[in-house]
Amino acid sequence: MPKVKIPTPLRQYTDGNSEVEVGGATAGEALGNLASEHPSLKQHLYTGDGKLRSFVNVYKGDEDIRYLDGQETEVSDGDELSIIPSIAGGLAGRCR
Amino acid sequence: MPLKIGAGDAGRIHDHAREAYPEECAGALVGIDQGGTKVVVDVWRAENTHEEERSRRFLIEPLKIKEFEERAEEREIGVLGFYHSHPDHPAEPSDYDREHAWPGYSYVIASVSGENVGEMRSWTLRDDRSGYDEEPIVG
Repeated sequence: MPKVKIPTPLRQYTDGNSEVEVGGATAGEALGNLASEHPSLKQHLYTGDGKLRSFVNVYKGDEDIRYLDGQETEVSDGDELSIIPSIAGGLAGRCR
Repeated sequence: MPLKIGAGDAGRIHDHAREAYPEECAGALVGIDQGGTKVVVDVWRAENTHEEERSRRFLIEPLKIKEFEERAEEREIGVLGFYHSHPDHPAEPSDYDREHAWPGYSYVIASVSGENVGEMRSWTLRDDRSGYDEEPIVG
């Protein structure tokens, strides 16, 4: 089964595990299965209409799946998917 | 939850903010979540790779985040959050910060004006993304 690496802030939803093995033949299936097995993770990965959030990046090895076949990117046993947050910000009016 | 940053690591964030001025600096806070307190054991600089307006925008490349996560895991610590500077503005998060933030991370902001680093404050995003809560920084 492919492995999915979980970034630090999302490990609270995977029982503290930094890596989870999930079934699936594509990146989209593997992420969907991950969200099914850990339901509280779902809202942080997907928007209400089921799309991956824009600040969620998914890498297969060192390649962003957006530049492969997106959620259709094939994965097989031993492949490593990584969920990587986008970290950005800056000034544009204050907010509390 | 309090965020513990020692004087050495706080000083390194201040140095980075001064060196990057008038642009924003950014980097990672790594350490251990001890349950009651998040203890920063190191700060790692990142390049601000935002293509324009780096005096009011920062971006850390996802591959750099991946490298930080892997380096932290090798040392059996975690990425607790990120710091960035606000040149000539208060150490408070902006709407733009909120749109790009993740729950679970600490976001430390240092206000900097020329050589002077003013206050440094830490914020966490609420789970429902409605706003920030401030967390105390302890030395």
